[in-house]
Amino acid sequence: MINKFVSSVAEAVADTPDGATVMIGGFGTAGIPDELIEGLIAQGASDLTVVNNNAGNAEHGLAALLKAGRVRKIICSFPRQADSYVFDGLYRSGQVELELVPQGNLAERIRAAGAGIGGFFTPTGYGTELAKHADGSPKETREIGGRMYVYETPIHADLALIKAERGDRWGNLTYRKAARNFGPIMAMAARKTVATVHEQVALGALDPETVVTPGIFVQAVVRVDRVATQAGGIKP
Amino acid sequence: MSYTRRSKDELAARVARDIPEGATVNLGIGQPTLVANHIPATREVLLHSENGILGMGPAPAKGLEDYDLINAGKQPVTLLSGGAFFHHADSFAMMRGGHLDICVLGAFQVSATGDLANWHTGEPEAIPAVGGAMDLAIGAKQTWVMMDLLTKQGQSKLVQTCSYPLTGIGCVKRVYTDLATLACTPQGLVAIDMVEGLSLEALSGLIGLPLRTA
Repeated sequence: MINKFVSSVAEAVADTPDGATVMIGGFGTAGIPDELIEGLIAQGASDLTVVNNNAGNAEHGLAALLKAGRVRKIICSFPRQADSYVFDGLYRSGQVELELVPQGNLAERIRAAGAGIGGFFTPTGYGTELAKHADGSPKETREIGGRMYVYETPIHADLALIKAERGDRWGNLTYRKAARNFGPIMAMAARKTVATVHEQVALGALDPETVVTPGIFVQAVVRVDRVATQAGGIKP
Repeated sequence: MSYTRRSKDELAARVARDIPEGATVNLGIGQPTLVANHIPATREVLLHSENGILGMGPAPAKGLEDYDLINAGKQPVTLLSGGAFFHHADSFAMMRGGHLDICVLGAFQVSATGDLANWHTGEPEAIPAVGGAMDLAIGAKQTWVMMDLLTKQGQSKLVQTCSYPLTGIGCVKRVYTDLATLACTPQGLVAIDMVEGLSLEALSGLIGLPLRTA
């Protein structure tokens, strides 16, 4: 019998190695899998590369992982927020490396990894500072149909931590409102994907026409209690 | 002759006036968000939010905030009947794929030919953050900028060449400011309208660039 439900967050993230690339779903605080991040902090893996849209809010979730000194590098589009002071401090003191990626390129690089694409040409960022490699050399460009494009590579991960709403034992998932954001594509891009759900449902209970993430992209599911998503990224 | 600047709401109303019935529109973080308040209820306009919402509605009543339903600025919003949620790759395909009719963005600087600088001041102490600005700038069928014409120090934000790091090249079609509305063209700036009492010559003087009229 296939059963992807695991009984605890600790069990779900137990095998995370040092140096892993970890994708974490969420935009602002919506869709951030706080319980899984707390589990990763307790598990102890370090020297991590984290992929998330932002760089943490206040001192919980991703900010707590940063504060615990577990993150070597963050790949994101929008690190600077009203309450991103943990990241700001680490970045200014050179304790965390930043790869800044335009948000659509971030999403498409994640999608490409999950879809087995070796990279793609995008018009986004052409002619800007973000069309350069970390060493300052220009990324490959190409003219296609009279327009200029930049070559971007896929982002693969060892582990994806995502927050869903309902799930069954085959790993089929649905999400809640705009908390969906990066969940479906990160689930595709990681060797192992762990999802939290608020409702554990029987096979067949999810309408097959509305399954958002098919179970093939999910390796472990943990049921967690619902906690209302808190405001984040804005001035109180 | 004296003239009065458009207030933030007057500027938002001026932008809203040009958004046609049936348009799909993305309003950027900050000032552009105000435009939604000035689209008449009789005009059906679909608002897109980069985090995966089409058919975004206004802010909820106090006490009904749901932080799983937020806009690009992370403020709570609502969903209209008929609205839809989708993941980030689809959301940015809507931009990059040319499916959005209009996006309205803030800016540090815009060049006469429509280069946009709105993501980074380039100062050594500044932490860069780009978000969806580069995707929006080059993706929408029309990119409009909404900003004050002059900096607090009185320098024009419409320039011959942007000194701040670029967001996109030649992507801005129109600039709505507190003093005038202008089009960016490969041949330079075209004045569309000015606040009452401001002459074309005086506007050209403030900007420091030649202007044509439509």
